[in-house]
Amino acid sequence: MATAAAHAGHDAHDDHKPSFFARWFLSTNHKDIGTLYLLFAFFAGCVGAFLSFGIRMEMEEPGLQYFTNPQTYNVFVTGHGLIMVFFMVMPALIGGFGNWFVPLMIGAPDMAFPRMNNISFWLTVAGFCSLVCSLFVEGAPGAAGAGTGWTVYPPLSSAGHPGPAVDFAIFSLHLAGAGSILGAINFITTILNMRAPGMTLHKMPLFAWAELVTAFLLLLSLPVLAGAITMLLTDRNFGTTFFAPEGGGDPVLYQHLFWFFGHPEVYVMILPAFGIVSHIIATFSKKPVFGYLAMAYAMVAIGVVGFVVWAHHMYTVGLSLQTQSYFVFATMVIAVPTGVKIFSWIATMWGGSIRFTAAMHWAVGFIFLFTVGGVTGVVLANSAVDKYLHDTYYVVAHFHYVLSLGAVFIIFAGVYYWFPKMTGHVIPEWAGKLHFWLAFIGANVLFFPMHFLGLAGMPRRYADYPEAFAPWHKVATWGGHIFALGMVVFFIGIILAFRSKTRAADNPWGEGATTLEWTLSSPPPFHQYETLPQIVDEPAH
Amino acid sequence: MRTAQAKHRSKWGFAALGALLVTTTSAFAEPGVPVPWQMDRQTPVTAEAAQLASFEGWLHVLAAVISVFVLGLLIYCIVRFNEKANPTPSRTTHNTAIEIAWTIIPVLILVAVAIPSFRMLRTQLIVPNSDVTVKVTGHAWYWTYEYPKVGEDGGFTFDANIDEDKEPKLLQTDNEMVVPVNKVVRVQVTSTDVIHSWAMPSFGGKIDAIPGRLNETWFKAEREGTYHGQCSELCGMRHAYMPIVVKVVSDEAYAAWLKEAKTKYAAIDGGSRLASAK
Repeated sequence: MATAAAHAGHDAHDDHKPSFFARWFLSTNHKDIGTLYLLFAFFAGCVGAFLSFGIRMEMEEPGLQYFTNPQTYNVFVTGHGLIMVFFMVMPALIGGFGNWFVPLMIGAPDMAFPRMNNISFWLTVAGFCSLVCSLFVEGAPGAAGAGTGWTVYPPLSSAGHPGPAVDFAIFSLHLAGAGSILGAINFITTILNMRAPGMTLHKMPLFAWAELVTAFLLLLSLPVLAGAITMLLTDRNFGTTFFAPEGGGDPVLYQHLFWFFGHPEVYVMILPAFGIVSHIIATFSKKPVFGYLAMAYAMVAIGVVGFVVWAHHMYTVGLSLQTQSYFVFATMVIAVPTGVKIFSWIATMWGGSIRFTAAMHWAVGFIFLFTVGGVTGVVLANSAVDKYLHDTYYVVAHFHYVLSLGAVFIIFAGVYYWFPKMTGHVIPEWAGKLHFWLAFIGANVLFFPMHFLGLAGMPRRYADYPEAFAPWHKVATWGGHIFALGMVVFFIGIILAFRSKTRAADNPWGEGATTLEWTLSSPPPFHQYETLPQIVDEPAH
Repeated sequence: MRTAQAKHRSKWGFAALGALLVTTTSAFAEPGVPVPWQMDRQTPVTAEAAQLASFEGWLHVLAAVISVFVLGLLIYCIVRFNEKANPTPSRTTHNTAIEIAWTIIPVLILVAVAIPSFRMLRTQLIVPNSDVTVKVTGHAWYWTYEYPKVGEDGGFTFDANIDEDKEPKLLQTDNEMVVPVNKVVRVQVTSTDVIHSWAMPSFGGKIDAIPGRLNETWFKAEREGTYHGQCSELCGMRHAYMPIVVKVVSDEAYAAWLKEAKTKYAAIDGGSRLASAK
């Protein structure tokens, strides 16, 4: 897309790294903070995965096997959801890859506000600690933890959970949300003001576009969540009745506020993944991205429309015919820009000379699985049909296809794509490919049968279920084991990478890798672009 | 009998793995309960639910066609445009015709989906003149049913708690809601504590029971039988243990049940707890 002359060797002589404590605990370097975010995301991901393992083990058979109190199961479900959304996917895709590669790709020496970057990270860690605390204090009478679901709907989260667990969970969301808002401000300022000379917005790499749109979504939606959970907090502790009907409040108001945040939030999780996929597909097809401007503005369109579809999560609360009709219409509109992206990725591959690296496996797998998740989304968009499927395993299948097989697949794709750049080490390609196939098969065996369970009527968030649902649950649990095996391969791959003497080239991926980070050394110098790169026009696009 | 049935279903389930892509009618399933290896909706027993089931079947065909189309294109790219087969990449990054096509065609498909979807939504949400009204109240963790006083009939209320001794497990209650066949039943739903959701797969849907609100839905069951549903909004510890059972019976049987219910269940003052339906 654009090339530049950067001088990695020249940068290296100014490589004064601070001492260990100052470097990792008082960090102001975007690459170090990105690394911290990635390590944190993988740690939190392991905790979230442990919780999901508990869920899957319990679901393997009807009856209560591992959880003597079904409320503890609800706490696991809640913890899994909150951790995976706020402390795994978001830190990995935004704080991790975003911090690492937005400045590198736009030719900036660092983020606009390095100290704010640091507090964004530590607020996220503090939020995680608060959530972990909530697991060990009383929530519902006689049981520890918040078992409200990640949506924290009142009155279950107010009258239904008198103990302090929900207060800890709310505080956790406040902290993580504040961290994300500060991060969003940082990204917007950096991207709008610190692009290298010659890099206009319309020449900016798609990953930077994705992070820019994501940052705006966070900036506009998180304050609404903060408001909603603050009202919940005062309902719980100070006698207000925003959401309590006995004082003239309305529980449905909370749902509107929550999903006004919650729906943009799902795009917050997937848009950065869209950006990463575009780069991986283009790099390994050795072609520029097809329809660059359409790709960028499709993300903008998804972001804008994403704000006006929230009540499709609430078709069963008793909305009027007109309201439901509008939300059906608006939700379907989102399928159009999403389709543009899917087809543009395929068109990028079309006519290319495709090299099937591990990262490319994950990206191509993502395109297919995200399509499957997308089309079930169109099914669910139809309010009349959704009345049956709402709050069943069909919905669980749908959102795990777009998030677990969507966002999470691209987190792994990003690791395999950028690991050589970030560390200078090389993960053996066989490990990445074996991990991919185990994850691809495992996740499909795990989540595809959930469509059947939902259609058969199995409700979500059930610790125990009628015997008829047992066979597909059993199959799903096998899938979970296969996926877990893939994770073992992933960790082995990482260990082998650090043990091996092989060092990554500055650009290990060849002619297709045209973004600025590949002009730097692997790993990049502690401070890069002391002489700003000049973006020269290429007639190609 | 249950095990024999389960075996039969499992064979059918495997055979249907492929068939699901083509058809999504659950002609083999017994109405009212899920069966092992079930891959489709529970058999609808109202005309509206049947329409929705077939509409959903078409949506699944569409979903499968789109997914297979994308998969086909990906496989074609993998085979035709890999490094070995195509060593020199093209530099094409634009094709206005195709870009317009892949914007317009999805729009047309979505319009085709939206038209029947809006029609069914209208039918679902506009409650016709009803023959019977039942008020359902969710509690943690059981349901209360109220039959308002209409003339000589009604005016009683009862609770429905899970009965864990009856099969199928977790789907049975001690008392059931009873309604006549081929009659429009208006269900008014609310809650006294947290949010619950009154779900009845055989009737094609669910409606949330929200404290402070009175939600409304309706159905006209065309087949006698016993139908089972489960609470479908997370409501705390015993969320999985507050099933919903509706018995659809003949007019005569319904009349007899009304008489019996009046003596068996607690009376309510006509009209005071629920505005009379007529």
